[in-house]
Amino acid sequence: MSYIETIGKYVGMIRRVFSRPERLKVYYTRTINEMMTIGLNSAGIVFILSVFMGAVVVIQTASNMDSPLLPKYTIGYITRSTTILEFSPTIISLILAGKVGSNIASELGTMRVTEQIDALEIMGINSASYLILPKILAAVLFFPFLIIFSMGLSLIGGYLVIFFTGLSSPEEYLFGLRSFFKVSDITYALQKTVVFAFIITSVSSYYGYYTKGGSLAVGKSSTDAVVWSSIVILLANFLLTQLILL
Amino acid sequence: MIEVKNVNKSFGDNHVLHDFSTEFVPGRVNLIIGQSGQGKSVLAKCIVGLMEIDSGEILYNGVNFSKMNRKERREIHKEIGMLFQGSALFDSMTVEENVMFPLSMFTKMTKKEMLDRANFCLERVNLSNVNKLLPSECSGGMQKRVGIARAIAMNPKYLFCDEPNSGLDPSTSILIDNLIQEITYEYGMTTVVITHDMNSVIEIGDHIVFIHQGRNWWEGTKEEILTTDNPEIIDFVYASKFMKTLKGRLS
Repeated sequence: MSYIETIGKYVGMIRRVFSRPERLKVYYTRTINEMMTIGLNSAGIVFILSVFMGAVVVIQTASNMDSPLLPKYTIGYITRSTTILEFSPTIISLILAGKVGSNIASELGTMRVTEQIDALEIMGINSASYLILPKILAAVLFFPFLIIFSMGLSLIGGYLVIFFTGLSSPEEYLFGLRSFFKVSDITYALQKTVVFAFIITSVSSYYGYYTKGGSLAVGKSSTDAVVWSSIVILLANFLLTQLILL
Repeated sequence: MIEVKNVNKSFGDNHVLHDFSTEFVPGRVNLIIGQSGQGKSVLAKCIVGLMEIDSGEILYNGVNFSKMNRKERREIHKEIGMLFQGSALFDSMTVEENVMFPLSMFTKMTKKEMLDRANFCLERVNLSNVNKLLPSECSGGMQKRVGIARAIAMNPKYLFCDEPNSGLDPSTSILIDNLIQEITYEYGMTTVVITHDMNSVIEIGDHIVFIHQGRNWWEGTKEEILTTDNPEIIDFVYASKFMKTLKGRLS
């Protein structure tokens, strides 16, 4: 299938996803459940990654600051800027593309090959909307909280390194964190997160929903979902950075 | 009644259905039989709208289903119950939730009413005390019966069963066949069963359509199929050594 056909099919699926739902109450319940499955259940991995990510950024920044003219608080400043602008929204989204994306694709793929999606269609239910819309809504609403959580934890991870290694004083690090702070950085990061959340859930759903074949095909859909979600996230990141920051 | 008129369906160069026509009348168990790869499942999927036909017409009680768009088809889909080959129960839901699912989507019943209806349907398929089990905790035969219970939950006018006996032992197969027949007569549904199980043909085949090379090769009753001299049907019916031996003894 050509890329143009794939994009056309994806757009067609999105149109079906956003068509009028059958029962709003059912969708509400499903969205809450999906928040638990794809949002809250990802908090653990986000916690671990973020703490270590912040710690490594502090070490890397400190080890590259050769000039004595650079004040030590620069470590805190650079850690905050890189974490908020890139590491938390982009790297964590890429990790979530792996965890959540493969989960969504394999769930929908299994439903497809075991005819559960056909069963929904036969009942007269818009299966794309019923299955995919709650996942998209859950991710778009919940991922920003995960990313804010990640930002905070990264900065704490950096603080712990500073505290235990003495690369700079904790006061200087905290001063750096507060220096030249712009609220727009957070807004920019959250805007990116919302777009990435949509990409992760919709692209993964596309590969899962259109799985053809048996269990091998489910595995392939899962891999394709992670690969293409990641590629589209990187492209979108580039475009959004151009659009919002420049 | 379901009417299939001159239906053609191809996948690229592979012409699966050739000018296929037949009628399925209410209150009878209609069987679509034939060897594997002859187009039985494709025909069934075309009739229920899971696949689009290339040409021809499919009419439900005179309404042209094949010309409808997805939204228009929903109203007819609500009148269709389907038992899938692998049961297609929703893994994440319990037996009870599976049966209640179509009710929760399309009716304004209270939870108690839905539960009563689910229990009635489960009892109708001879299942009790399984409400809280997950499909993975049920045997193949139980899953099929839950599938039937879910299919009849909305009181459908049309019931489709795709190879209801696949993977089941002979006695459970007979149980499922009899259940399908009883429900069909009781509710006056138009039932279409896709099978290649000769036991089902003899047990419940009120109207049998034999599909061969994508064509409607033969139609008749279970009595007629045993006496026909059509060579393709003879090859199909007496394919096994058991049937050949039986035929030899009877003759």
